[in-house]
Amino acid sequence: MEYNLSHLQELETESIHIIREVAAEFENPVMLYSIGKDSSVMVRLAEKAFAPGKVPFPLMHIDSKWKFREMIEFRDNYAKKYGWNLIVESNMEAFNAGVGPFTHGSKVHTDLMKTKALLDALNKYKFDAAFGGARRDEEKSRAKERIFSFRDKFNQWDPKNQRPELWDIYNSRVHKGESIRVFPLSNWTELDIWQYIRLENIPIVPLYYAKERPCVEIDGNIIMADDDRLPAEYRPLIKNRMVRFRTLGCWPLTGAVESNATTIEEIVEEMMTTTKSERTTRVIDFDQEASMEQKKREGYF
Amino acid sequence: MEEKKIDIKAFLDADEKKDLLRLLTAGSVDDGKSTLIGRLLFDSKKLYEDQLQALERDSVRVGNAGAGEIDYALLLDGLKAEREEGITIDVAYRYFSTNQRKFIIADTPGHEQYTRNMITGGSTANLAIILVDARAGVITQTRRHTFLVSLLGIKHIVLAVNKMDLVDFSQDVFNNIKEEYLKLTTQLGIEDVTCFPISAKMGDNVVEKSEKTPWYEGTSLLEFLETVPIHRDRNMTNFRYPVQYVLRPNLDFRGFCGKIASGVIRKGDEIVALPSMKRSHVKSIVTYEGELEEAFCPQSVTICLEDEIDISRGEMIVKPNDLPYVGRSFETMLVWMDEEPMDRGKQFFLKHNTNTTRATIESVEYRVDVNTMEQLEGRDFKLNEIGCVRITTAKTLFFDSYKDNRQTGAFILIDPITNNTSAVGMIVRPLEEGETNELAVPTLDLKALGIPAEHYPSIEKAVAELSKQGLEVKVIK
Repeated sequence: MEYNLSHLQELETESIHIIREVAAEFENPVMLYSIGKDSSVMVRLAEKAFAPGKVPFPLMHIDSKWKFREMIEFRDNYAKKYGWNLIVESNMEAFNAGVGPFTHGSKVHTDLMKTKALLDALNKYKFDAAFGGARRDEEKSRAKERIFSFRDKFNQWDPKNQRPELWDIYNSRVHKGESIRVFPLSNWTELDIWQYIRLENIPIVPLYYAKERPCVEIDGNIIMADDDRLPAEYRPLIKNRMVRFRTLGCWPLTGAVESNATTIEEIVEEMMTTTKSERTTRVIDFDQEASMEQKKREGYF
Repeated sequence: MEEKKIDIKAFLDADEKKDLLRLLTAGSVDDGKSTLIGRLLFDSKKLYEDQLQALERDSVRVGNAGAGEIDYALLLDGLKAEREEGITIDVAYRYFSTNQRKFIIADTPGHEQYTRNMITGGSTANLAIILVDARAGVITQTRRHTFLVSLLGIKHIVLAVNKMDLVDFSQDVFNNIKEEYLKLTTQLGIEDVTCFPISAKMGDNVVEKSEKTPWYEGTSLLEFLETVPIHRDRNMTNFRYPVQYVLRPNLDFRGFCGKIASGVIRKGDEIVALPSMKRSHVKSIVTYEGELEEAFCPQSVTICLEDEIDISRGEMIVKPNDLPYVGRSFETMLVWMDEEPMDRGKQFFLKHNTNTTRATIESVEYRVDVNTMEQLEGRDFKLNEIGCVRITTAKTLFFDSYKDNRQTGAFILIDPITNNTSAVGMIVRPLEEGETNELAVPTLDLKALGIPAEHYPSIEKAVAELSKQGLEVKVIK
């Protein structure tokens, strides 16, 4: 008898081990939930880790108030169906002051509605560990980050001063106010995620599948007109187009791609033959060179 | 259209069955390591076009390759600070896959002060690629890298003799380097070593066999990586199950969650819990998908037992006829990873599997010169120094030698003040009585104290709690 695991089984057992380790060693962990496909996989892995019991930590979504409506609907249905304790937090002060991507630009919007909202929420609940669904193959600075990524009391990441991380022994010791970001999907690739969603029948937001949607072109990006906050100047330009989304975020900052892919197989096929890597449809990455590294240093996931 | 769908399904079905090879690459700045990795990634067609475009843009500005050539190394240098320094400063992970297998590359720098990073990158590797420049042959760094790889217990080594184009693809040059290198690996007791004459820059023998080395009879590097058997490298003999988490969703269910560190377990097997030595049988092996008849390392499962035995996180489930070492003192190889030098007066936290306890370094037996592998006199270690020490822990550990079991023979030391991971260890052997000045464990002789038997369970509970907090007390009944 040969005892072999496939690469997905191996990734799965590694992730479950990481998730259980956090539940065992931290007093107050939280799982950050972006509602995207990677989050969907991470959430399922957490359910697997504690089955037949309940997951012993809450799920938290930082709502920038500009997410696609279908994401919010999916989030609420999923949490209810699978019995998750769901926390939703927003930077209401900035929202009430009218901050948004159209009026303030992507940088200010992201800083206030995503980064600041996240940091405030982490401080509010005094979470000492926060799971994130980031993968190392996504982006260059993430490729160098540990699975247990230490953050000082200002939530900052120091790429030059990372704790050595060996075998599957994770150092979870922090002083008061410090925390660890944990990335259980570190070693998964985009294809692994799709393959796993396919094999495990994991529910994902329908925006990933192609459909006729009302879109306008803004600075070369196909933007879906998701609600009536689209500035008046663009409204006459709305056209129905067969599109889907490769990543999900704030609708004015997330470009769609033209596509006919309505099944996971077709999405994978498109991905294998595509010429653009995943994050290029996310507008925030283009702000500056090494922008994700900068954002991570400031505490953004 | 219909036909295409079937193709992609076939692709996904085949992809699903691929296994995973984790590999470490080591070489110095000029060996062309990044170029080799870049080529493996590029030639396995996993680079998307826009990443290539970004690369072309960067090449114009900071690239070290000649005009008009793509600098593969730039693909890999993620962080801005490093890109400006022109060297990789930390471990970076790369992913690629072929029709045969998925690969994770831990890319680590060869620079002297970064032994720490190579150790970090290599701890989970199945295989290590060591690069040498064909013009320079086996140099000090090659020896150091090879020593570290053997210390980490990586089973398969590939020696990639790079820049063969600069020595006219000479068979003699290659054979001389190979011979010298095999002397070194024999000395270190490494069994599986394979040597390749390559040119990462030109692509010779990397993905496809080169016409320029007709004298070379082996496969291309990639073909070897795709086929080298790795699943037998794991310890499937000795069942070790460090309990990670106790699951009690309701009164009828008590499961012990964990990742099997080594070996195999079947439903019905007799087990023994450490340290209580209480025995039971496996009632069920539970997963999200349902129950399993058997499970093996490194699966994450939940084990339920026939009898109600109290087992906590940090304890271990094993089989009665196959126990690990049980004790508080051992001799171990230690790599110092902290800027702050070793302090023998300090009580560190030691994390071993799921068990955390206080620990002190009792004595330094010797240090190793990583370049010559000579043993030096023992003194406190500084950053990147390696040697053999004796350690005593407050709580009892259940361990094996690292040589026999990579999972249960490894640990980390955490500084109690800074919380840094100060050192990492690979256990050599347990210490016998008399070899150690380990303090006697305080003892409670319950009978001698005249404590009535009905109080024993409460006292044992209190003692178990003290043990959890790092204080060991022995109970005699």
